[in-house]
Amino acid sequence: MADDIAQRGYTNPDVLVSTGWVAEHLNDPDVRMVESDEDPLLYPAGHVPGAVQIDWVRDLNDPVKRDYLQQAQFEELMSRNGISNHTTVVLYGDRNNWWATYAYWVFQLFGHKNAKIMDGGRIKWEKEGRELTRNVPNYPAANYVAPKRDDSKIRAFRDQVLKHAESKRPLVDVRSPAEYTGERLHMEDYPNEGALRGGHIPGAKNIPWARAVNTEDGTFKTAAELREIYEQENGIRPSDDVVAYCRIGERSSHTWFVLTNLLGYKNVRNYDGSWTEWGNSVGVPIEK
Amino acid sequence: MARKDVPQALAEVIDEFDSLDRNEKTDLLIEFADRFQEVPPAVAKRPFPEEHRVQRCESEAYVWVEPLDGRRIALHFAVENPQGISAKALAVILEETLSGGDAEEIAKLPQDIVFDIFGREISMGKGQGLMGMVSLVASSAKRALASSQN
Repeated sequence: MADDIAQRGYTNPDVLVSTGWVAEHLNDPDVRMVESDEDPLLYPAGHVPGAVQIDWVRDLNDPVKRDYLQQAQFEELMSRNGISNHTTVVLYGDRNNWWATYAYWVFQLFGHKNAKIMDGGRIKWEKEGRELTRNVPNYPAANYVAPKRDDSKIRAFRDQVLKHAESKRPLVDVRSPAEYTGERLHMEDYPNEGALRGGHIPGAKNIPWARAVNTEDGTFKTAAELREIYEQENGIRPSDDVVAYCRIGERSSHTWFVLTNLLGYKNVRNYDGSWTEWGNSVGVPIEK
Repeated sequence: MARKDVPQALAEVIDEFDSLDRNEKTDLLIEFADRFQEVPPAVAKRPFPEEHRVQRCESEAYVWVEPLDGRRIALHFAVENPQGISAKALAVILEETLSGGDAEEIAKLPQDIVFDIFGREISMGKGQGLMGMVSLVASSAKRALASSQN
């Protein structure tokens, strides 16, 4: 069932590649494998041959203020990893591609259309007994020209989300039920990802992000199964203007990826400020 | 400056991590993880009992405390998730520095050694799991101590 991507009914099946496809393209100069993990030890301990690593903290975030990298840094990041505007980037990672879809979303702020996710992520590759290496490749710098970062289409900011909630448009809270109800404010000893208030943005539906993947092999569920979760169970419609959020915007980028690419929703934005901004903001409405 | 609230061998490892830059830390953690040896079958066999499983740990880590003579205990671990490299690194560090030591000292092991070893910037989920491992080692040592005194 894992390599049947074209038969799963996705709007844009080309956005996923199987582990088998990757194995056949390891030496393809037009394809660059990019590993993006929660755990920074995984890549140096063994990765898909030829893959480079992009770290969500070091590479994708601004080092000082809470924001993503800018045009010049994105160009430099792509260039130093040997990625040109024409390179097909295939992202994969741990935790069901959680961080891979986050990197994918950041890439889309700069319009890098030629990007894909390896279905099943790192765990599937490993469980299939495929080759892992500790050799870190060194590619010649490529020429990459990025447009200015476009935050208007797939990124939402707090005041926009406030208006969105007031006009009762759909919000998807992809955190765990305990975070959604406000029972859990932050994880023990992680004050940096905490919030002063618990609960959720009024009107938000709680659809934990990992429901979109098959637990046994980390692959994405079929379009019919995904529609059952988002549409039949939770009443979201493909024509809706949807905002997804979590705690810092990484888990919700996974849901953004599913709704946008697998189910073909046209208007989905990721609110990366998420609960660490909302739950610390003065005067914003909260539901429990 | 070495920590005074953990056994000396562990304090020395923590000191070593403290002196390294990020890449060197990563290399050292992988070196530790490469030495990982699973719990011997004489101590535990699959399916591993749930009470030895570390809560909130994505790596599906398990901890065993084996009483030796007097108050001394040995530590054993299993890590079922192939991506659990950090859990394996921590298991080896704890095993190499604490195993054979005094249960009373191990029972006082503070969870925040995880930050000394992996750095403050580790992610929420990973930190929780690793602190869960330390916590299970400490509570298992405490139980072993109690039964050795009975």
